[in-house]
Amino acid sequence: MKIIVCIKQVPAKDAPLAIAGNWIKESDIGFEMNEPDSYALEEALRLKEKHGGEVIALSLGPERVKQTIKEALAKGADRGIHIADDNFAQLDPLGSAQVLAAAITKENADLLLTGLQSDDHGFGQTGVLLAGLLNLPHATIIMQIDVQDGKMKLKRELEAGWFQHIECPLPAVLSIQSGINKVRYATLKGIMAAKKKEIAVVTRESLGVSTEPTQKIEKIYVPTKTKKTEFLTGTPKEMAAKLVEKLKFEARVI
Amino acid sequence: MKILVITEQRQGKWNKTSFETLVAAQQIAAATSGTVSGVVIGKGIAAFADEVAAKNVAEVLLVEHQLLDSYTPDGYCVALRQVIESAKPDLVLFPHTYQVRDFAPKLAAMLGKGMIGDCVGFRDQAGKLVFVRQMFQGKTVADVSFAGNAPWFASFQSGAFRADLLEPHPVGKAPVKPVNVEVKPEDIRTKPLDLFKEAKSAVDLTQAPLIVAIGRGIKAPENIPLAEAVAKAIGGEIAASRPICDEGWLPMERQIGSSGQTVAPKLYLALGISGAIQHVVGMKGARTIVAINKDSNAPIFEIADYGIVGDIFEIMPALTEELQKAKS
Repeated sequence: MKIIVCIKQVPAKDAPLAIAGNWIKESDIGFEMNEPDSYALEEALRLKEKHGGEVIALSLGPERVKQTIKEALAKGADRGIHIADDNFAQLDPLGSAQVLAAAITKENADLLLTGLQSDDHGFGQTGVLLAGLLNLPHATIIMQIDVQDGKMKLKRELEAGWFQHIECPLPAVLSIQSGINKVRYATLKGIMAAKKKEIAVVTRESLGVSTEPTQKIEKIYVPTKTKKTEFLTGTPKEMAAKLVEKLKFEARVI
Repeated sequence: MKILVITEQRQGKWNKTSFETLVAAQQIAAATSGTVSGVVIGKGIAAFADEVAAKNVAEVLLVEHQLLDSYTPDGYCVALRQVIESAKPDLVLFPHTYQVRDFAPKLAAMLGKGMIGDCVGFRDQAGKLVFVRQMFQGKTVADVSFAGNAPWFASFQSGAFRADLLEPHPVGKAPVKPVNVEVKPEDIRTKPLDLFKEAKSAVDLTQAPLIVAIGRGIKAPENIPLAEAVAKAIGGEIAASRPICDEGWLPMERQIGSSGQTVAPKLYLALGISGAIQHVVGMKGARTIVAINKDSNAPIFEIADYGIVGDIFEIMPALTEELQKAKS
């Protein structure tokens, strides 16, 4: 199976976010692989180990995303495609998907995997949009993949504890639910091997794709509080005592 | 502005976010002198259409087809595309459910349009509609507007609007209009099979009056007994945000949030939980929320009644001790 995994690089979880207009100030913060995408990558690697084939890590973004592609290669992806784009944060979900689709279409892959959503924009649309743009069947929030006789039996998570099995032909696009597997760490051997793996660099221009924005983030800001929080201070012991006092006599919940 | 609301039902049950989205539509219609059309899609769902028709809507579009009996993204996209092309709305609204996430972006893309998903509110800004949604896991909020021509597509998160504010129809009932759609078997490429629940959970967190929940701040499974001690001292159940259950540190049945359980206990004590939106939707109905987190900017403090900015590893043992003292 030839599997392409779409991987986004996002600000590190503990990165302090400084807002700059309609995006954040990118200098001085660390970036990492979008966590939901790491589950998609792991699932791709497991499918390859079981069925053979190739795993391609695809990422869109500025030079820094090469680091995330390298991480995917170190974990076992065979090669990378970097769509170099300094302004990718300004692309809307449809625009990002159009650019990714242009790079994917040349590869004739059997399976495209994405994480459920990104930890930055959080639109959660990429997989579904790719399916639409590439005219492929798709399924989302996938908890299990069994490939047999050229098609897949999938376990899809629904709300409120419900699940559904679905049958899906190949090629297809799947959005992977976080927690589907246990993500591996890169080994030293993997890191060394990754140095020899290829990362092809393309651009919107070289792919011949132009996008028309359908939506615009006007500004981002820190949310206004809906509740007045009473902050308790002191030593841990004092704070604990104050909290118990409040819960007992003010909120009357214990 | 003509607003179409795509409601959601499955196996004879409403997804309640449908009504919240109808409230959003009524409020947008009021702000823009618009009208609301409800859309009910499936098979054998006339009773659902009647229920929507009793609300303050201009009409209900009843979209029925043999091939829409079970949800498939292909079937819904093919059918709803025809509905949108004939109804010509300016705005199409969806409840932000798992099902909507599965097809709505593609439906919009088939019409060359984008979708602003997972919104928590809207504003009419001098005639321009601005949709409000969270970004960076709830640490920031974004104002997002549409570029280009209608129809525009947006979805509203569960709990963003109050279903009890839904206005009834002013005089009786809106007309229910069947819409004929053409769906062919070959349009539908995926085959839905059985719906099922996993082994019944031993614990029903929805019934627990006191919940102590842990998040990433717990750092390692070895630390969980510290939180369990707090839960025991308070007489509550232990629960967690998704990452903890993804790691397998607590069973999935103890997960609170959009993909886990939704709870509304008397007390929700959040230990080392940042308050990503997927978690908050599952617990914001709690009567009293206490947040303990080392990051004073953690979004969980937005909704907390009591907050402690500090190291949970120092506070958990102290809290256990104080709770035990208070009991004795």
